[in-house]
Amino acid sequence: MSEAAKHMNDEVAIQINGMHKWYGEFHVLRDINLSVHRGEKIVVCGPSGSGKSTMIRCINRLEEHQQGQIIVDGIELTNDVKKVDEIRREVGMVFQHFNLFPHLTVLENCTLAPIWVRKTPKEEAEATAMKFLERVKIPEQALKYPGQLSGGQQQRVAIARSLCMNPRIMLFDEPTSALDPEMISEVLDTMISLAEEGMTMVCVTHEMGFAKTVADRVIFMDQGEIIEEAPPEEFFDNPQSERTKLFLSQILHNG
Amino acid sequence: MAIVRTERHPELPPPVTQTGVIGWMRQNLFSSWFNTILTIVSAYVAYHAIYAFLDFAIINANFAGTSRDDCTLDGACWVFIKQRFGQIMYGFYPEAERWRVDVGYVLGAIGIFLVLSNVVKSKKWPAVYLFIVYPVICYFLFYGGFGLEVVETSQWGGLFLTLVLASVSIFVALPLGIILALGRRSEMPVVRMVCVGFIELIRAVPLISVLFMASVMLPLFLPEGQNFDKLVRALVGMSLFSAAYMAEVVRGGLQALPKGQMEAAKSLGLGYWQSMGLIILPQALKISIPSIVNTFIGLFKDTTLVLIIGLFDLLSVVKAGTQDKDWLGLATEGYVFVAAVFWVFCFGMSRYSIWLENKLHTGHKR
Ligand SMILES: Nc1ncnc2c1ncn2[C@@H]1O[C@H](COP(=O)(O)OP(=O)(O)OP(=O)(O)O)[C@@H](O)[C@H]1O
Ligand SMILES: [Mg+2]
Repeated sequence: MSEAAKHMNDEVAIQINGMHKWYGEFHVLRDINLSVHRGEKIVVCGPSGSGKSTMIRCINRLEEHQQGQIIVDGIELTNDVKKVDEIRREVGMVFQHFNLFPHLTVLENCTLAPIWVRKTPKEEAEATAMKFLERVKIPEQALKYPGQLSGGQQQRVAIARSLCMNPRIMLFDEPTSALDPEMISEVLDTMISLAEEGMTMVCVTHEMGFAKTVADRVIFMDQGEIIEEAPPEEFFDNPQSERTKLFLSQILHNG
Repeated sequence: MAIVRTERHPELPPPVTQTGVIGWMRQNLFSSWFNTILTIVSAYVAYHAIYAFLDFAIINANFAGTSRDDCTLDGACWVFIKQRFGQIMYGFYPEAERWRVDVGYVLGAIGIFLVLSNVVKSKKWPAVYLFIVYPVICYFLFYGGFGLEVVETSQWGGLFLTLVLASVSIFVALPLGIILALGRRSEMPVVRMVCVGFIELIRAVPLISVLFMASVMLPLFLPEGQNFDKLVRALVGMSLFSAAYMAEVVRGGLQALPKGQMEAAKSLGLGYWQSMGLIILPQALKISIPSIVNTFIGLFKDTTLVLIIGLFDLLSVVKAGTQDKDWLGLATEGYVFVAAVFWVFCFGMSRYSIWLENKLHTGHKR
């Protein structure tokens, strides 16, 4: 059991039941079943094209699913735009390519959504933003533009930007795979400290060290299916399926 | 043997040939024999062309006097422009009322200055003034009402009319173009089809025929006796025409943005209009500034086409003047003057767009 597991409780944060998704004719996700408890940290891994991004993007409906059920924070995702917006307010997302808003300063990136979505007064939003920028250790960059920061700094701003909305769940889609090696650890450290505070997290990542220290469960996907799901010790030491073994041997060789 | 550098290389100034005027000239104008000859020949031709023009326009030109007989005709006869200046500026707008146009210019200049410059921190009130209050003021000021004598639009003309045509069309075309561009990318099939249909229809037709249709065919569809103002018809035609072009320019900007921007906005809980207004459009419009201004400049010059439906814009007024029997043979002066006025406005727009691009530039492009 990891240190962070003490935050876990029985309340279900994300529930996915028999979910399928197609891109046109292409059956990209098949019968996905997953439940994430509040405070739980899930790491999703698997070969390229296996549908990891598609799956976590379904959780905040950046992608639509066609069959099955996704329930986030007790709200079922449907075509109801109001409910979708409600869920997106509570679910933060960090992208592989940061997706900061280049025409706004770091501070404005962080205050934009609180001001416009949560209607927080500007001063209050700025104070909160500075608090989170301090947490990700870049308060001195607040007035710069994203284009003036390094990749690692940009990704930390992106994390702070999500945190400013006070999300109850955070989704990470390969947050370190666009970064140079020396910047990866600064982003991982931020994520680890977030995990220690009890945030519910679903992370797509191939950082196996991170998975071992932080994850409560590791999920392995291949060809649109969840193949294996286990606590990290079991997953790494004693993988059950052949595909998992193959994947692990490849990733541990190269990494 | 391994090589290890122990001392830092000293910082040197750049080589002389790459800096300064002399360096630039040596590199660009006199880098080889052939280039040197080209430079000398071009300089000679340029000197003669410029000298000939100055000779005509200033050195031998006549500025004083009141009639054609006061001109020696060795150079330009600017007396012609001077005598007709009122008409060139205001058309047939009654002389006693021309102050109203001037007041309109001053009010507009103040608004444009406040919106475009950095004097006021928040652009909200200047923008409300320029885009909402000012057009209303202008309507009453120029047309009449509230105790001001009515001046029919058929009396409007000259540079004044050109500016009215250009500013109204620009003012309508940009927002309408943005809406059409968003509509064209909409996920709702009906909205998309209407926008695509409109854009493709208008773009496939020359502006002249749009103007003809607006002036000749529109009245046929209207009930008997209902007469739409000729100027309004031209304005509608020009605005719709430029909106179609603007839509494609804006769409280009929208398409240049990475998909991640919209996704990040959505994932933060911003709705469609918030994402568009706060994230997507500011960036897309910024990318499109050169093409938007390009369209504005084209539009500004295309206002001269209203000549064919009988409106007296700057060019038509001057053209009419050159056919006046008292001033025959002075077409060159007239057209040079018109060209100069157009150049001043278009060059101004172009410089502003460059300034704006630099101002909005934030850090490295990814
Ligand atoms: N918009 C789309 N239209 C059609 N097919 C798509 C689309 N997006 C993704 N796919 C396909 O769906 C599959 C899953 O893609 P996804 O991006 O979820 O993979 P992934 O596991 O995140 O891979 P990676 O590790 O490379 O990011 C891939 O085969 C991809 O080609
Ligand atoms: Mg992916």
